[in-house]
Amino acid sequence: MNKERPTKDAIVARHPRSPEALLSLLHDLQTANAGNHLTADDLALAAAHVGVPLSAVRDAATFYSMFSLAPRGQHIIRLCASPNCHLAGAWSVLDELRRLLGVEVGETTADGLFTLELTSCLGACGVAPVMMIDDEVMGNLTPERVRGALARYRRGR
Amino acid sequence: MRLARTHVLVGVDDEARLAGVDAVLASLHGALAELGLQGEVQVVETGSLGISGHGIVIAVQPDGVYYAGVTPADARQIAEEHLLKGRPVARLRLPTTAPVARPAEVLGRQRRVVLANCGAIDPERIEEYIAMGGYEALGRAVTEMKPEEVIEAVKKAGLRGRGGAGFPTGIKWSAVRTASDPERYVVCNADEGEPGTFKDRLILEGDPHKLLEGMAIAGYAVGAHIGIIYIRGEYALSIARIERAIAAAEALGILGERVFETDFSFRVEVRPGAGAYVCGEETALLESLEGKRGWPRIRPPYPVTHGLWGKPTVVNNVETLANVPDILRRGPAWYRTLGTPTCPGTKVYTVLGHVRYPGLVEVEMGTTLRTLIYELGGGLLPGRSLKGVLVGGAAGAFLSSRELDVRLDFDSLAERAAALGSGAVLVMDESACIVDTLGSVLRFFRHESCGQCTPCRSGTEVLVRLISTLQTGRADEATLAQMIQIVGAMRAASLCPLGQSVALPVRTALSEFEDEFAAHIAGLPCPSCAATARALGWASR
Repeated sequence: MNKERPTKDAIVARHPRSPEALLSLLHDLQTANAGNHLTADDLALAAAHVGVPLSAVRDAATFYSMFSLAPRGQHIIRLCASPNCHLAGAWSVLDELRRLLGVEVGETTADGLFTLELTSCLGACGVAPVMMIDDEVMGNLTPERVRGALARYRRGR
Repeated sequence: MRLARTHVLVGVDDEARLAGVDAVLASLHGALAELGLQGEVQVVETGSLGISGHGIVIAVQPDGVYYAGVTPADARQIAEEHLLKGRPVARLRLPTTAPVARPAEVLGRQRRVVLANCGAIDPERIEEYIAMGGYEALGRAVTEMKPEEVIEAVKKAGLRGRGGAGFPTGIKWSAVRTASDPERYVVCNADEGEPGTFKDRLILEGDPHKLLEGMAIAGYAVGAHIGIIYIRGEYALSIARIERAIAAAEALGILGERVFETDFSFRVEVRPGAGAYVCGEETALLESLEGKRGWPRIRPPYPVTHGLWGKPTVVNNVETLANVPDILRRGPAWYRTLGTPTCPGTKVYTVLGHVRYPGLVEVEMGTTLRTLIYELGGGLLPGRSLKGVLVGGAAGAFLSSRELDVRLDFDSLAERAAALGSGAVLVMDESACIVDTLGSVLRFFRHESCGQCTPCRSGTEVLVRLISTLQTGRADEATLAQMIQIVGAMRAASLCPLGQSVALPVRTALSEFEDEFAAHIAGLPCPSCAATARALGWASR
């Protein structure tokens, strides 16, 4: 939480002033926020930089599932719920995640550390069931491995 | 590759990273240094070796020995025993019955063209790609061939799009070449989202230069100077690796200004998606590239004339473009010796689910489903029997065990009203419930429907409601008829293939597994459906 974050201006300056840069810019702005979300200020900043109306930025930001306008936890857990992981036992992983985190899908833990989400196929089906925590893909999940992964993130990775 | 007695290939992918591959590499390098083997043994970090579920996998070549679940201590033992003394460490070898342990036999059944370098070269080193004949085709194209000749070669080879629809690539390129607007684009669709598919990811991570070469050739052929790779946002490693590959190619003058010192310039950019399956549909992808929500466009006009920013645009899948360098280098006649007369070449499949060796294979077009499951996938787990196969991902077809002799190519499958789709082959044994699996497919579509057109937006919602009644013992005789009626309307009236394609899994599941659906109407929910109902908080009867 204390790690140094680049300023919003510095992030914006890395992107071309053109609409095609919008999604990349939103990704970077979102990652820079402790809440892993896009603020109203971010949207306005992005609109001004790429030169489209605020409504167009909001339109894009609410369409894609990787963006959130509501604050989320420090780490986003995305459990794959697609047919292959489903067959491989994703529900038992989900049960364990719910039990350990004490939240339902879409919610954030009280300590603000984790948000639990479901996702479509992550393309790691050879090791189903699969989840991602932030950028890290984890496969062959069992309740034990889920416990280990969460413990690791709680210790700060 | 530097000349060495032995190469040790270490698969570095997400799974291996998780398992601590860095420590294994450090231990291996340390041991080699101590034993004085550095000159003789070269350690090569490759992408995935195509073996999943076995932790850190390393292969010792030319011995053809595969080790699995390797720890740092094991790495030292392998160095001391195998690399120094020539005695393979039996304890760590993959079981001899596993096809992966006998690459000569099982990789031999595969026909690797697109994946030829995956797992064999270090994807982070452009020199290794070049040593395998890489960028030779691009060099020849820009220095010796006219753009029209390149297109002609691709047409002669009979290359068809690997994204799902099987449209002839040469015809697409010609349409862009002859478009009146001189500003043109090549877009690579790397928004791989079809459930059960990761072939594009393996190419992006295992052999990124092959894709870049294919794109540059496409750019030269159609007269484009900018190529854009749209990669799904979840593929963090793919994005990083392809960006480094672009920088390496530019540094050598292979991409960027004056390709191979000719007047042709070609710049490649990477754009991440942000989590939307519909963006795999080419016009939605173009909208997304323009910074908008990924809503499919009404077609015609098609992207070949009105694509990115309204300019003529080639949109090709990763696997399609990765076929191009070999077509030029080895010639259309060679390419046509592979596959079938109407579908030449190879196809990459992901064989998943209840098979002994889930993973990725590349075989000639027209290979039967039976071969894929029983030879390359190693068959089912001991004591299990096959119930059915979902071929082509969520937008694919449920096939029963009676249909194992179907040949997998665009034409044979089209005859059976199934699409080749993504190449995903999800194998289900008798423990799987088809109703429950279809439920998962339908929830996927409900989540991914972009909401633009009513048939798809409402249709997916109602279908999920109907399947949930089947899964909780609240369905009646009318439920199945309603589902059929809804997918019929969606097929006829949806704006894009997403909504239209929902009909395929629903119709095939209901017709091939009629008894199973009937049992869910008559009786109590099966254990799989009950588990789903619990997980999703549905009320049961």
